[in-house]
Amino acid sequence: MKFLCVDCDSQMSFAERQLPGDGTLAATFKCPKCGRVVAMLTNPMETQLVSSLGVEIGGRTVPEQPLQTIRSAVATGREDAFDDGSREQGAGSRTSWSADALQRLDRVPNFVRGMVKRIYADYAKERGIAEITPAVMDTARSELGLEGM
Amino acid sequence: MRTYHDLTDPDRSGLAQQIGAQRQRVAERLAGVGRIVAVMSGKGGVGKSYVTAHLARALARAGKPTGVLDADLNGPTIPRLLEVSRAPLTAHSAHVEPMVGLDGVRCISMALLLEDGAPLAFRGPSAESFVWRGAMEATALREFLGDVEWGTLDTLLLDLPPGMQRYVELCDILGTPPAVLTVTIPTPESRDAVRRAMRAAVDRGSALLGVVENMVGGELRGSAADELASEFGTPVIGRVPFHPSANAWDQIADQVSRAPRTAHRAS
Repeated sequence: MKFLCVDCDSQMSFAERQLPGDGTLAATFKCPKCGRVVAMLTNPMETQLVSSLGVEIGGRTVPEQPLQTIRSAVATGREDAFDDGSREQGAGSRTSWSADALQRLDRVPNFVRGMVKRIYADYAKERGIAEITPAVMDTARSELGLEGM
Repeated sequence: MRTYHDLTDPDRSGLAQQIGAQRQRVAERLAGVGRIVAVMSGKGGVGKSYVTAHLARALARAGKPTGVLDADLNGPTIPRLLEVSRAPLTAHSAHVEPMVGLDGVRCISMALLLEDGAPLAFRGPSAESFVWRGAMEATALREFLGDVEWGTLDTLLLDLPPGMQRYVELCDILGTPPAVLTVTIPTPESRDAVRRAMRAAVDRGSALLGVVENMVGGELRGSAADELASEFGTPVIGRVPFHPSANAWDQIADQVSRAPRTAHRAS
């Protein structure tokens, strides 16, 4: 998918992706010559059709997690379906979680919680963030497009 | 106005590259699998899952590491047939470990992930869900193939649901059509449905390993297996009575293990 600024005859650059949480998606593209910005807005069905392929508009920002689409999309999953390897996330990890961040994580359905926790931890580790707080989670959600999880 | 191919800057979304990466992931994961066999019939109720589970156990007992991927996402039964526990699946950063059932058969199934008695339901807009549901199921199948650490297997059996849709998805995901083992019951009705499935498999380029006739020796009348075998030039590799002995499965396993090994698509 590419966008063309017809006036400038210039290919527009991907700028930002937003998932407002209502099933829709917004992606903005900017013309490098004139600076014009356009937004591509998809309805829930269009958004779902793309995500059901296991791909991400705007490119993948984090490595694909195992069974990611299943864990993100199955609504009838068992709470205790996965053991997400606490050893990988706990011992040896230099990233800690604030109490309110953990409280917020507890609100994520268990079926997908371990995977989401790992994504946040990887995000923090890659950026040298020592403690994951709700503010860090907000930033990561926005940057990584985790609103659907 | 210039069109898509006239624009030379990279496509940031790279959807084609993302799909390519998914295929690569599947190819790498299955590199240690010697033989991929789809168990199918095109007809429901002929005992595909039953045959799959017992064939897998016979192969494993013969010292051939075997896995079963339960591709019947909406009616999964393999974990019960293999007496797989409901313990959580161990997930790592890049893979999920399969569960292990009777005789050491490795297994993945949607039944292991769903709430007891719950149907497979996806989050998403309910209106016109048929538009995306098929794609979602194909993605689930692709994740089972690419994200489960099967390890080194002699044979990976894929228990397909009735119909042909999952088989077509499987061919697309694998890039190479899998070998096919067909299951029928003796009746003419089963013969007609299985014939369509076998024709589709041949048309896609799958090797036919043979026909297993299930539920023989009872009330069911007909010669479906012989007719199909003759028509498609493939052997009847087993006839399974209602109460088969272990020996019956061993004979089928012996035939399957003689099949050529899967030529994996170059990754």
